[in-house]
Amino acid sequence: MSGGIHHWTARETRQAIRTKAASATEVVQALLARIARLDGRDAAGGGLGAYLHVDPDRVLTRAAALDAEHGTATDRPLFGVPVAVKDNLCTRDVPTTAASRILERFVPPYTATAVERLEAAGAIVLGKTNCDEFAMGSSTENSAFGVTRNPWALDRIPGGSSGGSAVAVAAGLAPVSLGSDTGGSIRQPGALCGVVGFKPTYGRVSRYGLLAFGSSLDQIGPFARTVQDAADIFASMAGHDVADATTAHAAVPDVSALGAGASSTPLTGRRIGVPRALLGSGVDAAVQAAIDAALTVLEGLGATLVDVELPHAAAAIPVYYLVATAEASSNLARYDGVRYSSRSKLAPGDDLATLYERTRGEHFGAEVKRRIMLGTYVLSAGYYEAYYQKAQRVRTLIRRDYDTAFAADVDAIAMPTCPTPAFRLGERADDPLQMYLADVFTVSANLTGLPAISVPCGFSPDRLPIGLQLTGRPFDEAGLLGLAHAYEQATPWHRETPPLG
Amino acid sequence: MSALSDRDVLRIAELSRLALTPDERARLGRELTAILTYVEQIGGIDTSGIEPTSHVQLDDTTLRPDETRPSLSREAALRNAPDAIRGAGLFRVPKVIG
Repeated sequence: MSGGIHHWTARETRQAIRTKAASATEVVQALLARIARLDGRDAAGGGLGAYLHVDPDRVLTRAAALDAEHGTATDRPLFGVPVAVKDNLCTRDVPTTAASRILERFVPPYTATAVERLEAAGAIVLGKTNCDEFAMGSSTENSAFGVTRNPWALDRIPGGSSGGSAVAVAAGLAPVSLGSDTGGSIRQPGALCGVVGFKPTYGRVSRYGLLAFGSSLDQIGPFARTVQDAADIFASMAGHDVADATTAHAAVPDVSALGAGASSTPLTGRRIGVPRALLGSGVDAAVQAAIDAALTVLEGLGATLVDVELPHAAAAIPVYYLVATAEASSNLARYDGVRYSSRSKLAPGDDLATLYERTRGEHFGAEVKRRIMLGTYVLSAGYYEAYYQKAQRVRTLIRRDYDTAFAADVDAIAMPTCPTPAFRLGERADDPLQMYLADVFTVSANLTGLPAISVPCGFSPDRLPIGLQLTGRPFDEAGLLGLAHAYEQATPWHRETPPLG
Repeated sequence: MSALSDRDVLRIAELSRLALTPDERARLGRELTAILTYVEQIGGIDTSGIEPTSHVQLDDTTLRPDETRPSLSREAALRNAPDAIRGAGLFRVPKVIG
């Protein structure tokens, strides 16, 4: 174990509690103290702002209950492990806002399956994390409740939309966390904050209790400081759920010992596809250099690099923003001022339509309105075929590109997670299209449903983290995590910590 | 893509059930025009004979037995309502039929 409690991985935390080197109460006390010191938005120089909601009494009560069970429940895979949860996942009796004014006072009457399963495995929910409103954004700047800062450079964005969950793990405010990924919202902030971000296969993790954004794209996944920790969280929450008809029946793989029996060339026989044409343009020089170096490391571990073509990759962003906004416009229709939390003031005689329009107009932020408008337009009569249905057809072509690549016996496809390191707060806030282009490498995994992971692979000259993205075969999370683990263990990047003290 | 007019924006806002200020409408008109112009590049891709993907089905689904299961109580379902007649188990909204 290295350094203080806040540096411990989930595995180290669990081991310390199991062996009574520390109690669950001591662990959460240390993290709560660090959150109080570093996270508050009123802290000197502006705190990190990873969390929207932390209830120390609730956390301490839960930790004490686990400590009281020591010896009888210690075998649970996440016994005593604190986890931060993105605020678009429902937590019973704990506020869940999706960083939106329209859910400002929403307190769910039930808990999301993913969170419930982690708690059943012994995890402690430490708090709810900031994000772009309804997970719509790539910088967490679209939160209605304030910015979240990148711990590596406080004037920079942490990525998004799950920025708070990425920062919590990067800054030692939780060993692991949950995010949701609709177009890169776990992998992109993971890359920009220097932590592991993992999106499992579509259908692998139940979305029951996840506030829906793009239902054919959304998937829940972990942030962690090691691939093994990400695998442990994944394994504890994956698998079929009667409450989510889109969850798969496929058996959840055993990923509990990723490095077992590893030699110095653990990737011998593995083939990694590299879409060279895609990497040519628009990629920052430092990112390009880090990816080239990562590919050399993978080769050194025994893997064979194979050129692959993804001819429709350039269409991924337009297709994604048509499909995702169409689905969002429908999903967000439920926020109507009747059932959940916020309602605008009405004048006598105002009708129900006015109630809907005013509540939504006054409580949704600019990006959410933009996407609802775009989605409504592309689904409307006269435009549906040219925009929405055309996008769905091109989505089929994008899927075929990946099918073809994997049919050529490739185990995974490697590329950068993001074209650039973290940009400055405010830099792209006035240019929505420019913001969308940051998702060029991440949206395809959502359009195809494939599992994908971002692992730290280096730094820019000004010490900003860079991520390597690996995309795997459907439901082959074990193969993908094994590959990512082998790369991680051969490189020093995951041991670096941001300059926070 | 010809620029969206204020009338177009108003119509989309009405379909979206969003009350927008004149400033918001002007801004959204510009932004949506720029985004739509950008996404129109996919119009040049040949998709003849290609089926649309609405949903990626990677695994077999099975139907669950059609049995009653416990669900939220009325009291729990009403707890977050901004206006409700809790004793009667009802959400309250403005008069709908004149």
